Amino acid sequence: MTTESTAGRIDSATRDQIVTIVARHAQQRAPLIEILHDVQSTLGFVPDGAVPLIAGELNLSRADVHGVLTFYHHFRNKPPGRRVVKLCRAEACQAMNSRALEAHLRQRLGIGFGETTADGGITLEAVDCLGLCACSPAAMVGAEVHGRLTPERLDELLRSAGPEVTP
Amino acid sequence: MTVNVWVPRDAGALALGAEATARRLVAAARAAGTDIRPRRNGSRGMYWLEPLVEIECGAGRVGYGPVNEHDVDGLVAAGMLRGEPHALCIGPVDRHPWLASQQRLTFARVGRTEPLDLGEYVANGGYRGLRRALEIGPAATVTTVADSGLRGRGGAAFPTGVKWQTVLDQPGAEKYVACNADEGDSGTYSDRMLMEGDPYSLIEGMTIAGVAVGATRGYIYLRVEYPHARETLHAAIVRARAAGYLGRDLMGSGLEFDVELRIGAGAYICGEETSMLESLEGRRGEVRVRPPLPAHKGLFGAPTVVNNVITLATVPFIVAEGATAYRDHGQANSRGTLPLQLAGNVLHAGLVERAFGLTLRELLYDYGGGSASGRPIRAAQVGGPLGAYLPASQFDTPLEYEAFAAIGAMLGHGGVVAFDDTVDMLAMARHALVFCAQESCGKCVPCRMGSVRGAEALDRVARGVDRDGNLALVEEICDTMTHASLCGLGGMAPAPVLSAMKHFGEDFQRPGPGR
Repeated sequence: MTTESTAGRIDSATRDQIVTIVARHAQQRAPLIEILHDVQSTLGFVPDGAVPLIAGELNLSRADVHGVLTFYHHFRNKPPGRRVVKLCRAEACQAMNSRALEAHLRQRLGIGFGETTADGGITLEAVDCLGLCACSPAAMVGAEVHGRLTPERLDELLRSAGPEVTP
Repeated sequence: MTVNVWVPRDAGALALGAEATARRLVAAARAAGTDIRPRRNGSRGMYWLEPLVEIECGAGRVGYGPVNEHDVDGLVAAGMLRGEPHALCIGPVDRHPWLASQQRLTFARVGRTEPLDLGEYVANGGYRGLRRALEIGPAATVTTVADSGLRGRGGAAFPTGVKWQTVLDQPGAEKYVACNADEGDSGTYSDRMLMEGDPYSLIEGMTIAGVAVGATRGYIYLRVEYPHARETLHAAIVRARAAGYLGRDLMGSGLEFDVELRIGAGAYICGEETSMLESLEGRRGEVRVRPPLPAHKGLFGAPTVVNNVITLATVPFIVAEGATAYRDHGQANSRGTLPLQLAGNVLHAGLVERAFGLTLRELLYDYGGGSASGRPIRAAQVGGPLGAYLPASQFDTPLEYEAFAAIGAMLGHGGVVAFDDTVDMLAMARHALVFCAQESCGKCVPCRMGSVRGAEALDRVARGVDRDGNLALVEEICDTMTHASLCGLGGMAPAPVLSAMKHFGEDFQRPGPGR
């Protein structure tokens, strides 16, 4: 199987973007994870077609790249919704009733963790600790951090601000 | 006269609206005709008062908090910009009992200075440690760190001087300093506060480590969940390099050391040192079998010092002030100070840096003020998601390594999460195992399978299916995980489970909420 045929799943503009990203890390030792970060920051996700392309550029096997990509929770292989909500579910937030926030979001959005609303508006993701444990329960909405959240405040945050994509 | 007005840019303060408060302050001051200079600091660590605004005036830095956006106009009208009294005024911040009773050595500058102002860092004692290390040389620097009694603050508490000596003794020119900034433990945030609030202290500590062991390159492995720390560290590295504190000629010494920032990708296991090294090398974060130790064969197969953020950021103080100045704090084999982090259901959550020896009860009640909900504190989990749950009968345990080990608990990275009496301890025990299953690197069977089977057994307990049999099974699984796992994740995940079963057995014997 050649790199060319499998990489066909991404268009040529995307392909160029990825090749440029890889080239940017040419001087770095062991750059794979840094490259995956940059691809996700640029595209919002790491498309399946990027795997053989990056593997070829770095002289790694597809299994190496796929293995890394799927090991780390941060990387996604599907485009996220316009806004990403990352809700903390670690102990300190649980001690301040984050489970109620989780239930509220599941019910209000009709989706669970790792899912996107049907209109592509919101992706809900779980995160284990944002380091905001002194103002729990906490979440990230887009690039912004929020503490001492209540269901009402979350609703307000989801209503306000325009569409946004978080890498 | 221009008034210095400080508003924190710490992520915790931002999460509580500090950015909007800062913007509103600028507008309100302009409307009031007062000339202000907005300054942005790290957090003092009194999170119940965030956003905490400080006004520099005759009485020192007078604090107001929490100041939300909508409080600003009223406060300015009441004379806040002149430091006048108000219901939200806490007086001179340095004299606030919560802060004044602490011994802030590692956190001396955090919340007091502008994090990226290199001149201010130097004016407040910065780079005296590196200067001294360059004067006395590697062997004496390592001895100083060893004599201080400093132990790894990431959680394992291994003597830092011993680790450094091992790397110093290795032959070869290729050595590394790897800073573990993958602060994934729930209830901990001291690394984040320090990186956002005083980044040069970490960079200086790494540089001293490099000079001491003969490494020319350092890596900071920072978790992706900390975007604000990332931004601050990135800028700090660029500035330190431009000023000659990093690079080919450190402070004119002819010695070389530089730092590269690497970002993790959401894997708790990468806080384990060998897993972190795998990740730094661009691979799946699967743990390595030890030996070899990282000090012998670490990053890219070369001798490597792996230390936590707080450990490294404490080194400049020790080298500048001498081993004794640090060692004089603390007791027995727990020397120096520990930045404790109060979190979860406490009224006054925040950072408490004190010499070892404070009891958990003093921390929870004298500093924490009891629960936030007003209900009794029923349990405290100390040391992150792999730490034991302590019942109130153990709250008089002193916060030091030996005393915690004696009751089968651990201090870990110093995080303390309080729970009130609404907590369901079976649910928390189950959560520990589910978390372990989710974060297991998969390399060893006890961790990978034990966590899954243990959680299933607890589900049966919750449903009332053969409670005694299933609880016995959980104990047996935990025993195997404790003794046969490759690393601390599988090895310590049983601690919260078994402590919950031991001290809160009643939660495992009745149908609970939602069961």
